Amino acid sequence: MERRNFVKKATLSSLAGVIGADIVFGANMPLGITPLALQDPDPFKLFDINKDMVVLNDKPWNIEARAYLLDDKVTPNSCMFIRNNGKMPVDIDVDAWTLTIDGESVKQEKTYSLAQLKSKFKHYTYQLTLECGGNGRSEFNPPAKGNQWTIGAVYCANWTGVRLRDVLEDAGIKDNAVYIGYHAADTHLSGDPTKEPISRGAPMSKALQDETLIAFQMNGEEIPLAHGYPLRLVAGGWPASVSGKWLKRISIRDKVHDGAKMTGTSYKVPCEPVAPGTEVDEKDMCIIESMPVKSLITYPKSGAVINTGKKMEIRGHAWAGDLEVANVHYSIDFGATWDSCHLERPVNKLAWQHFKAEVAFPKKGYYEVWAKATDSKGVSQPMVLPGWNPKGYLNNACHRIAVKVS
Amino acid sequence: MKDQSANRNKRIMIFGLMIVLIIMIGMATLYFMDQDSGPHVSDDDLPAIEAQTSPTDSDAKGREIDKTTGFIVDTGMSETIQNCTPCHSAKMVTQNRMTRDGWLASIRWMQETQNLWPLGDNEPIILDYLAKNYAPANKGRREPLTNIEWYKLK
Repeated sequence: MERRNFVKKATLSSLAGVIGADIVFGANMPLGITPLALQDPDPFKLFDINKDMVVLNDKPWNIEARAYLLDDKVTPNSCMFIRNNGKMPVDIDVDAWTLTIDGESVKQEKTYSLAQLKSKFKHYTYQLTLECGGNGRSEFNPPAKGNQWTIGAVYCANWTGVRLRDVLEDAGIKDNAVYIGYHAADTHLSGDPTKEPISRGAPMSKALQDETLIAFQMNGEEIPLAHGYPLRLVAGGWPASVSGKWLKRISIRDKVHDGAKMTGTSYKVPCEPVAPGTEVDEKDMCIIESMPVKSLITYPKSGAVINTGKKMEIRGHAWAGDLEVANVHYSIDFGATWDSCHLERPVNKLAWQHFKAEVAFPKKGYYEVWAKATDSKGVSQPMVLPGWNPKGYLNNACHRIAVKVS
Repeated sequence: MKDQSANRNKRIMIFGLMIVLIIMIGMATLYFMDQDSGPHVSDDDLPAIEAQTSPTDSDAKGREIDKTTGFIVDTGMSETIQNCTPCHSAKMVTQNRMTRDGWLASIRWMQETQNLWPLGDNEPIILDYLAKNYAPANKGRREPLTNIEWYKLK
């Protein structure tokens, strides 16, 4: 900072403080005035979210739900986690918005307007589970760097759009296609226009799956800005970062996509398990694909006090990436014994499944109700933390709620 | 009697305002001296600087917290705010726990990939501040449930 500039500002702010006018430069001035904070948008109004949502980060926006906010079978906008990597696009002109299909392995590069996408291809609606790869990161020990998600970076909304496969096939896919990578309209935090905040993707098998959509509606309405308005790639069951928001371009690649946060250690875990705290070379890290089996008790809220002899209903959701959940069990004795929950089938592939049970407690005291889901391959959630990894991904340890019987 | 007391009040008020003015100028000067060794970035690059050190609060552990940013008040906080919050939120820092090496690795990663400028003489100051105030604690393989808000379930 230049001397002259500072002195001018300091004088102004000192005087302003005395005369009670606007503070131009209030640094170090104990006046109880915080000009920047006043200009900060209120995320609860900005995103129309529930007052109990938790803001982890405001630049970029990272906001998570609490377990009890996720009780609905179809998650409403008000309770969906928001994970932004950069700055959200501003002044979106939907009439001018286009989606381009390009890349080394496209037969013919094509660009579609929103209207063309909607009219040319058949529409599908699926309920799809999106979970942040870093959901549960806050529990890892040693701690992992990044937004410290607890349990609330997951939701399951209805998405309406066209199949990515139909659009890719319309442009034509060469035999040597390996991966797709998305490019979007959000901008880098540093303001550098040559940098993309995030540009991830998926192998062709995931791209061509029936449920992988280019979506223009969420829960029957236009997609909210924070979730990718006006167009979003949605690939359920995989880290939600694959589901690129504010979608502008999809490249059909002849190699694994190398966009921002595909390389380095982002969204990767050690190919072979490592001891906690191990430094892992980039070449020994593998890209996360399908998310692991997991469940969440969404009712009651942790901290319930009930009377002796009274049964308590529990309910929640379970999901298993690309797989289905086979069963869910609960324990009230720290995993010593398990009882089964009633479990519904998913409304469609990649949608979370609902479970419930009536829980009886033998006597007064402190209890924890733990939920444990098992996927269709017989793999269950661990009760303690799963394998440590440098970036703190894939924590699917059993969810726990506290209950007191008095 | 009333007039006299009003006059006295007026004098006290003027005196008070003068004291406030003197303190402010003093602090501004201190701040300015602090700034001389600051980062070599232009004024425009430092939007968050205005958010610095407003009122403080204390956290659950009784530490003094800067109300605007949420940073723990300690030596090196100003340098940390100036260099770390122009691009991202203070929350990006305060929610993380790292060793000194871990914080240094984060800084290097931001310099290599995210356009963070060289921190110069401020680097050790920032690292000391972060390593002291945002150090990891051993949490074991799974922590007990904490902060339980008990309520009567109907």
